[in-house]
Amino acid sequence: MNLRAIGAIYAFELARTRRTLVQSIVAPVLSTSLYFVVFGAAIGTRITEIEGVSYGAFIVPGLVMLTLLTQSVTNASFGIYFPRFTGTIYEILSAPVSAFEIVVGYVGAAATKSIILGLIILATAALFVPLRIAHPAWMLAFLVLTAVTFSLFGFVLGLWADGFEQLQFVPLLIITPLTFLGGTFYSVSVLPPLWQTVTLFNPVVYLVSGFRWSFYEIADVRVGVSLAMTGLFLLACLAAVWWVFKTGYRLKT
Amino acid sequence: MSSIISIRGLSKTYAGGLRALGRIDLEIRRGEIFALLGPNGAGKTTLINIICGIVTPSQGTVTVDGHDIVKHYRATRALIGLVPQELTTNAFENVWATVSFTRGLFGRPADPALIEKVLRELSLWDRRDSMIMTLSGGMKRRVLIAKALAHEPKVLFLDEPTAGVDVELRQGMWQAVRELRDSGVTIILTTHYIEEAELMADRIGVISKGEIILVEEKAELMRKLGKKELTLQLAEPLGAIPPQLAAYRLTLAAGGRELVYTYDAQAGRGGIAGLLRDLGAAGIACRDLHTTQSSLEDIFVDLVHEKP
Ligand SMILES: Nc1ncnc2c1ncn2[C@@H]1O[C@H](COP(=O)(O)OP(=O)(O)OP(=O)(O)O)[C@@H](O)[C@H]1O
Ligand SMILES: [Mg+2]
Repeated sequence: MNLRAIGAIYAFELARTRRTLVQSIVAPVLSTSLYFVVFGAAIGTRITEIEGVSYGAFIVPGLVMLTLLTQSVTNASFGIYFPRFTGTIYEILSAPVSAFEIVVGYVGAAATKSIILGLIILATAALFVPLRIAHPAWMLAFLVLTAVTFSLFGFVLGLWADGFEQLQFVPLLIITPLTFLGGTFYSVSVLPPLWQTVTLFNPVVYLVSGFRWSFYEIADVRVGVSLAMTGLFLLACLAAVWWVFKTGYRLKT
Repeated sequence: MSSIISIRGLSKTYAGGLRALGRIDLEIRRGEIFALLGPNGAGKTTLINIICGIVTPSQGTVTVDGHDIVKHYRATRALIGLVPQELTTNAFENVWATVSFTRGLFGRPADPALIEKVLRELSLWDRRDSMIMTLSGGMKRRVLIAKALAHEPKVLFLDEPTAGVDVELRQGMWQAVRELRDSGVTIILTTHYIEEAELMADRIGVISKGEIILVEEKAELMRKLGKKELTLQLAEPLGAIPPQLAAYRLTLAAGGRELVYTYDAQAGRGGIAGLLRDLGAAGIACRDLHTTQSSLEDIFVDLVHEKP
């Protein structure tokens, strides 16, 4: 195991984040605050409570998930797409590193960054609404699992993408809608039965539900199911990455 | 001398169906400077990229220091440093960070003293804190060389390393390359400046259309294929070559005012003395004479053009 290589890639990727610190942190914090102002304050005065939790507090887990998903996908996809685009990937390919080590370096760094952001958003949220975390260990577990899974997904996206449009397309047109429709701002139970069934095909529902359970012990689907679905998605992403490196897809000619 | 790189039956067909390499067999000797010459698109970069792990071979095997490049890629890649042909750098990083990064990537412990030495040798020390995007093209090229040397490779590939580097620095660079060779590093370089191959290489390989068409000691190559020409400026123009000189390979030039004698460097009894004596006997006087020797460039052009 070339631990130094993992360390080098990881440190390089985090240094990239440091160089763009302001936009990497200020932007998500600002947009989260806006959600609170709009949803929490404006709508929250009408919708008072959902299953005994104030509306402002109810949306916190969903908001953290929204940031976590988009940031994981964007960070990881840019992280690997950029060296492909500039050609510096030659160095990674010619180094004595295994596919596993490359993935750990890039995905680890992307996940680290989005976890840090998730925690910052959580802290920001605590300024607006009273937060309660019933199961901190589970909360962290869901946070890490989701960050890693979607960073893997972003990594595959970054390998697949042929241009910057595609990189932005997926988070914007797939992740964000799925998150909005995944019970971030409402409980799935308020939907008509048909839509409840449709919603169950949205993977984000399981993430948000499980994550929210670790805060307030309320959930749209059982926690076990949430965990299993997240694990399943993780496995799917791992399989995709494994296939990419086995075939050299988009990496080697 | 033993081989450090053995290439057996190597071929590469790119996805689009383009056959970039035929069946290449080549041995690189330990500690030599090997120059790979060939026209654009001959397959030089493809060959190098296969050995370094960037391009997957279609057929054949390559071993580096006895290790297979696919099965034991960790062992082989750790031995190899690569300076790519394209200037590919991380624009937003500084010189020091990018060179140190390579060392880490190759699994070596941090060694600031070594990085400093490499940067000084390549005249980059003053620019160590500069962002790469602020460097000139020649400086970027040297950053790539510094990166390749940062992990102390035993084999160094230089894919057109001097493209865009000015004359003075180029000489410094070649000096550094010679020192590396003297310290035991094997160097494989491609270049379009044939004088450089002539100046630097111990052996020369010529590749054309994906086939190695010749591998030879440089000195031997020059001896075998190097033509010499003796040009005699005549006092009086000649209409035709006199029959008593027919045994010599002579041509008339400059409207009969010059007589050109072509002879191989290996011809041994070159016969210049004989020719001059016979000229005297035929009553032909000459005002001046000079000789020229074909350069590697001429040899190269001849070779590549002979291939259909
Ligand atoms: N990634 C690729 N996909 C398809 N064809 C390629 C690829 N890379 C190179 N080729 C083709 O393979 C052939 C050999 O290219 P290569 O880059 O090895 O030549 P070269 O000898 O290095 O040339 P130059 O002196 O211009 O650098 C060329 O015909 C080129 O178009
Ligand atoms: Mg080339």
